[in-house]
Amino acid sequence: MNDLTTLVDWSRAQFALTAMYHWLFVPLTLGLSVIVAIMESIYFKNRDPRWLATTKFWMTIFGINFAMGVATGIILEFEFGTNWSNYSWFVGDIFGAPLAIEGLLAFFMESTFIAVMFFGWKKVSPRFHLAATWLTAIGASLSALWILVANSWMQYPVGMEFNPDDMRNVMDDFWALVLSPVAINKFFHSVLSGWTLAGVFVIGVSAWLLLKKRNVEMAVRSIKVAGWVGLIGILATLATGDGSAKVVSDVQPMKLAAMEGLYKGSCGQSIVGVGILNPDKQIGDNQEPYIFEISIPNGLSILAEGDPDAFVPGVEDLLAGIELTPDGDTIMGVSYAQRIERGKAAHDALRRFDVAKSQGDESAMLLARADLNKDFKYFGYGYFDSPQEAVPDIPLTFYSFHIMVILGGYFLLFYIVVLLLIYKKRNIVEGNKLLHCIAMISIPLVWICSEAGWVVAEVGRQPWVIEGLMPARAAISNIPASSVMVTFTLFAIIFTGLLIAEISIMTKYISRKSKENID
Amino acid sequence: MANIIKEIANFYIDGFRNMTVGKSLWILILIKLFLIFVVLKFFFFPNFLNDNFDTDEQRAQHVRNELINNK
Repeated sequence: MNDLTTLVDWSRAQFALTAMYHWLFVPLTLGLSVIVAIMESIYFKNRDPRWLATTKFWMTIFGINFAMGVATGIILEFEFGTNWSNYSWFVGDIFGAPLAIEGLLAFFMESTFIAVMFFGWKKVSPRFHLAATWLTAIGASLSALWILVANSWMQYPVGMEFNPDDMRNVMDDFWALVLSPVAINKFFHSVLSGWTLAGVFVIGVSAWLLLKKRNVEMAVRSIKVAGWVGLIGILATLATGDGSAKVVSDVQPMKLAAMEGLYKGSCGQSIVGVGILNPDKQIGDNQEPYIFEISIPNGLSILAEGDPDAFVPGVEDLLAGIELTPDGDTIMGVSYAQRIERGKAAHDALRRFDVAKSQGDESAMLLARADLNKDFKYFGYGYFDSPQEAVPDIPLTFYSFHIMVILGGYFLLFYIVVLLLIYKKRNIVEGNKLLHCIAMISIPLVWICSEAGWVVAEVGRQPWVIEGLMPARAAISNIPASSVMVTFTLFAIIFTGLLIAEISIMTKYISRKSKENID
Repeated sequence: MANIIKEIANFYIDGFRNMTVGKSLWILILIKLFLIFVVLKFFFFPNFLNDNFDTDEQRAQHVRNELINNK
């Protein structure tokens, strides 16, 4: 393995570790803040002290999670400056602007009102306190919005122009960035998946209370609120997931093909519900892509294009240049081999620009710049030697996608069953130990589902850091791989320690508090 | 103005003082923040371009070289 590959792999592994650790806390913050706000709203309306006690119980758990998660995301920004400096410079203010808004507006809003939420029970009016709780929840979602806008730009770069003079992309349309279809779907999909996750968490912990026969009334109240929030969350997550699939089909068709392990597409393309990929399958050979599969006829055509007979291209079709027009017609576009040629032409134009700049030759600079603009769309392809290098890791994308979808379906069923039982057969919910165990086992499953979603999003878009413009190998700094290995190991140790500590503090609190009569 | 600042400070001081869950949590948070903002930031995560180049023009030139010659 050469040094560049080692450096890219370690840098990616470190970023993945940090991001996945950060995402352990974020969805629970997003969802639990809403559940707590609803509980407090009920208390505000009926002034029943039992609802106040329920609110405070979950608010404390929210606080533990928030406190442990806060600032873990900032490490990602350190990594941009150290490991990904070419990328950081190249994206310019496009990435900086949403992150700055996040820092100034959302984070300060969130952290100001969170203090009122925790310290203000006896110091501000109930109305003001309730407003602070809701504003904390809204602030958390706004905070997520700007991060997700920045991430979406990397998946679908719009609203900018590249300036070769200072080597930065300059934002020329802020709203194209914020209102891009990728950003809109990603925001709602991610935030609402947090509602799903928090709902399962609250129901799982409540099931443990029921199993131990502690604070049964509070557990039942909590299950009702979490059940409704979770049901709305999972329905909206599924709906926005459908929207995401259509957007991915339009702007990242290679990712969609990898998600399905689809090498050769067809009209009326089926979707694999459950399947095992053939590990020996290579691009361009005649082997079957699956060892085993259960497929839904026409499913992928419906998911991707909303038309059961639509053509969905596979990996090999895309490499050959087969594209879909916005009207759904199949055309022969630019093949990946041609993209590589045009990418290399863009590199050549940038080289000529560099020479002209060093010689102060303005007219040659203008000429080179015009040539660069012509092929800039394919700039990133110029780093590849073969089209296959532009294909993501198909097995990891495929299995992550299917784990996410299967678990998503399970959680829909979970919420429907929980809500039906809690309203119609409450005694079963209170007394059935098997149900309690299923609810508790669902807690780690919902985190697996949530993390799998991010693996699909981020591994599925490889090798790109910025789709079409910059692959990971071009984005990294010229630093020794050994330094990234050291920090990776350091992170793994610190993160594991902190996670054990957080789970320990949270479980100790739940266990100790559950022995009291919370109501 | 001074009163407002004093009230805000007291709000936080009283809040932290009266926390029921928190001693070990806050110790852990402080350790975490120290590790992140002091140890990691200063010793392990220098800003590559800021530390190695003095002007934006030099940084741009370095990135241009990297993107067209070294990858």
